[in-house]
Amino acid sequence: MDPRRAPRTVIDPKVRQVGFFAPPGRSHSAPPEIVSSSSSSSPPVSDLSPSGNSLSPVMIPPPRHSSDNRPVPLPPVPASPLRRDSIVSGSYNPSDFFTATSPTASSYVSRMVAVGEGEVSDDVAAVLSPGRGLARGSLVKAFAAPAVTGASSLPSGGFDLTAVKASSVPLSGLTTVSVVNLPPGIAESNAEKTGGGSVEVQNDIPASSKPQKEKSTKAERRALQEAQRAAKAAAKAEGSKGPGAASASVTQAKPAKSAKAPSQKNENASVVGSEKKGGDRAQEKDRKKDVPHPRMQYDDKSRVEKAKRRAVVKQTEARNRVELFRHLPQYEHGTQLPDLQSKFFQLDPMHPNVYKVGLQYLSGDISGGNARCVAMLQAFREAITDYSTPPEKTLSRDLTAKISSYVSFINECRPLSISMGNAIRFLKSRIAKLPLSLSESEAKASLQSDIDRFISEKIILADKVIVKHAVTKIRDGDVLLTYGSPSAVEMMLLHAHELGKQFRVIVVDSRPKLEGQLLLRRLVGKGLNCTYTHINAVSYIMHEVTRVFLGASSILSNGTVYSRVGTACVAMVAHAFRVPVLVCCEAYKFHERVQLDSICSNELGDPEAIAKFPGREENKDLNEWTNSENLQLLNLSYDATPSDYVSMIITDYGMVPPTSVPVIVREYRREHFWI
Amino acid sequence: MPDVQALVNEFLIKLKKRKIEGSQATARQTAELLRSLISQQRVPYTNQAGALIDAVKAVGEQLIAANPVELAVGNIVRRVLHIIREEDLSLTTAAMAGLNLSAVSDDEDDADHDDHPVLSAAAVAAAARSTLRAPSLQTLLEDVTDAAAVPHPSSSGGDSEGKSKSADKSSRSRKLKHDVIEAVNELIEDICTCHEQIAEQAVEHIHQNEVILTLGSSRTVLEFLCAAKEKKRSFRVFVAEGAPRYQGHLLAKELVARGLQTTLITDSAVFAMISRVNMVIVGAHAVMANGGVVAPVGLNMVALAAQRHAVPFVVLAGSHKLCPLYPHNPEVLLNELRSPSELLDFGEFSDCMDFGNGTGSPLLHVVNPTFDYVPPKLVNLFITDTGGHNPSYMYRLIADYYSADDLVVQRRPATGS
Repeated sequence: MDPRRAPRTVIDPKVRQVGFFAPPGRSHSAPPEIVSSSSSSSPPVSDLSPSGNSLSPVMIPPPRHSSDNRPVPLPPVPASPLRRDSIVSGSYNPSDFFTATSPTASSYVSRMVAVGEGEVSDDVAAVLSPGRGLARGSLVKAFAAPAVTGASSLPSGGFDLTAVKASSVPLSGLTTVSVVNLPPGIAESNAEKTGGGSVEVQNDIPASSKPQKEKSTKAERRALQEAQRAAKAAAKAEGSKGPGAASASVTQAKPAKSAKAPSQKNENASVVGSEKKGGDRAQEKDRKKDVPHPRMQYDDKSRVEKAKRRAVVKQTEARNRVELFRHLPQYEHGTQLPDLQSKFFQLDPMHPNVYKVGLQYLSGDISGGNARCVAMLQAFREAITDYSTPPEKTLSRDLTAKISSYVSFINECRPLSISMGNAIRFLKSRIAKLPLSLSESEAKASLQSDIDRFISEKIILADKVIVKHAVTKIRDGDVLLTYGSPSAVEMMLLHAHELGKQFRVIVVDSRPKLEGQLLLRRLVGKGLNCTYTHINAVSYIMHEVTRVFLGASSILSNGTVYSRVGTACVAMVAHAFRVPVLVCCEAYKFHERVQLDSICSNELGDPEAIAKFPGREENKDLNEWTNSENLQLLNLSYDATPSDYVSMIITDYGMVPPTSVPVIVREYRREHFWI
Repeated sequence: MPDVQALVNEFLIKLKKRKIEGSQATARQTAELLRSLISQQRVPYTNQAGALIDAVKAVGEQLIAANPVELAVGNIVRRVLHIIREEDLSLTTAAMAGLNLSAVSDDEDDADHDDHPVLSAAAVAAAARSTLRAPSLQTLLEDVTDAAAVPHPSSSGGDSEGKSKSADKSSRSRKLKHDVIEAVNELIEDICTCHEQIAEQAVEHIHQNEVILTLGSSRTVLEFLCAAKEKKRSFRVFVAEGAPRYQGHLLAKELVARGLQTTLITDSAVFAMISRVNMVIVGAHAVMANGGVVAPVGLNMVALAAQRHAVPFVVLAGSHKLCPLYPHNPEVLLNELRSPSELLDFGEFSDCMDFGNGTGSPLLHVVNPTFDYVPPKLVNLFITDTGGHNPSYMYRLIADYYSADDLVVQRRPATGS
């Protein structure tokens, strides 16, 4: 509880600042804590951005703002109503904040001050937006544009920077890179400004922007490109600006690059100042939505184009894309593997282990949520072992960037599962929280042990606990039905068998993966009494079933079980036959996202797999039709089971109803961040 | 003239070996067989109808026993019986009303089966029959022929090879047989054209830009969709492949060949996709009197998903699929388990077959049912060749096609009537 409470108290002060939400009384205690936390935790690397995404599922307005406050050690000076905007725009997530704040803190402060002095609220939002971009991985995109615009707006506000200066200088000192990177626009403004203080303020922005690189989604690549473009534009502008900028411009390319993703709307804003207001507003709106991951939407042509240019894996578009799924990547399968293999020696930045894992994903050698996650983490572990910090860089930042590039590579091989996203988030937050005092080898060792701990605690041990819980639900004479090949359920069945329980297992399977056959073989090999059937017959077989055990790829915070396609069908039929449905899922797979259908977010498998039939001649000629425009083959990988079909979720925190998922997500997050 | 019995035997073997695919083909062949049976049946002077009925029942019993799950066989046998009764009834009423009407009766019959089978059937005799009242009452009131038939031994019923001199029958007996054969021809005609008749209604049910989901393959569905397509409707179709036979592939191929926007999905994706579907249109194996549907396996799942998302679930069924029986435990009793090899390769899993748990039974079982039962509450609409109907109305529709006497097709010493 303590960790949880802390952020809240932190939060409160801010609210008070606003003069809107919080009762003033609460806030008093907070400021000291804030200072301490921010200072102690403030490794300059704000890279965590992905981890930042996590909003606690249950959101209460005040906590949200906590992050903003944190940086503000000078207690919220001016409590003007205008501030509200700034607050809202502030980064939601305390955890991110941590990392992100220290460098940015000064800038925030200055902005706040400016706000207090009566700036237009829009401007405030603009100013603050960068901070938020930092904090939330998802919003990273927002960053670049506002940074520039913010800079320009600041001067106009005409506030006094002295106070800011004082606070900002020490903080910025922490960041190594920060001084070097001056966005051009800023440089200009600095010139106008009197002191170095202002400069520092500006510097913080780029520094913070860098961390954003960590964003794990595909947006990353796109973002990079955009950032580059922005950098170019900036460089141009700088050239015109003045001599001071010149030095900055050299170094700039890098920060700009790392400044991940200006949001689509705002991407131009960085170049064109006039657009900033509209962009900011949009941003703000964006911020209010709590979408944790703005996923890459593949129906956005321009973004896809950009992403493609950056992609390591060359994908060819599927010929007949399914209209409904335009927003998902639909590629020809089978073409990438040889291509990638041939490129093996050209991809120098990629660690061979990561590369190997990527290829294994691509070829389907590793599948299943846990297996994929473990393989990825172990590859990262290897990569960390072999990692050495390049000169003039900090480990945390550079390593995060490295990891991000690995992640984007892996993501190209096969879209990340939600559980993998969580694991990556964990890793990045660990990196970000590395104390600066650690030597490189110590840091690496600590990260490795973190990874090991994650694997053993969150996956292996969790499975054991789940098995222990689930076994209690099996009685003699039961007929258990399972679908596909869920690893947790398999362990549970074997364990129950070892315990000598008498039961029968029905394995339901479906094309095209037919994973059930593998499970069937293993179970029969262990001497379990099994019945095998296909998914269409599930309502025939359901009469005799007493329990349905399912696995899950992820459980979303509205209780939706996101799992192998077909799970929803099985759960639905079981529900119709009044058979209890128990879902076994490790808690690290829980996610605060919500989803109502299986279409908005999904993964498409190889369409050819549907057309192909092993050993059936009469269907072979379907292939000749795949060229026809009218025929589309849809190979969905996942579906979303509504929570009302699920009787119980068995997780390492115990057995809970689906309505308790958000609670677990919330608890889990806390634990995660405060480890 | 080939021996009828030989034909019957041949057909029996085909049924037993499940050589005949699809209820429509089965229905047509059954009707044709019965037609030849009737045409070669010698009828006595007095009780032609009774003799015919006995003969048909005798064969029908065997046919039904050969493949009890193929309900179309029983349906056709019952309909032929019904036809015989109808013809006989109309003849006798005509005779009783006066000789002058006998000429007209022929037309009447035509009208029966041609123009408004439902209405005319109701008009002529349905009042009695459809209420399923005891058969004897009808015979008491209306006619004596059937009653007279009872004492008759059914010696002539089964197979009459005897060259009797009945070649010169009275005009009336010839008339009956002729009428019956006519009517059976119409029945065959009906069976053959039911696709077209159902397809004609397609435009009334499919609108522009509709998204339709179907599972497996059904000729009725194919014709239905294509008819709508021909009427310039543009819509898209999701076809679930329909494990374990994956006939959805065939359907998809056909649809694509006819220029329809088709998306082939796996069966497991049905629940995921159904939320984007406007209507589910499927074929049926048989429609029971309570409005339940015996359908290809997997449709119960589809129907449940459709219900969950309030998507109309429409069943297309030719009238030969309407079965007058009420199902009991249809998932098991009206089902058939096919070969496991459709699911698992014997070669691959042969080693698993060796594991015994001491009781002699293998550890591994493979279940591969053919049909699913969709209860009436999951069905929104039936489209038959006579139009659209509610599931709750099916019993009534069915009563028009069958007479209550024939629900149990069994020869008994005292045959129903």
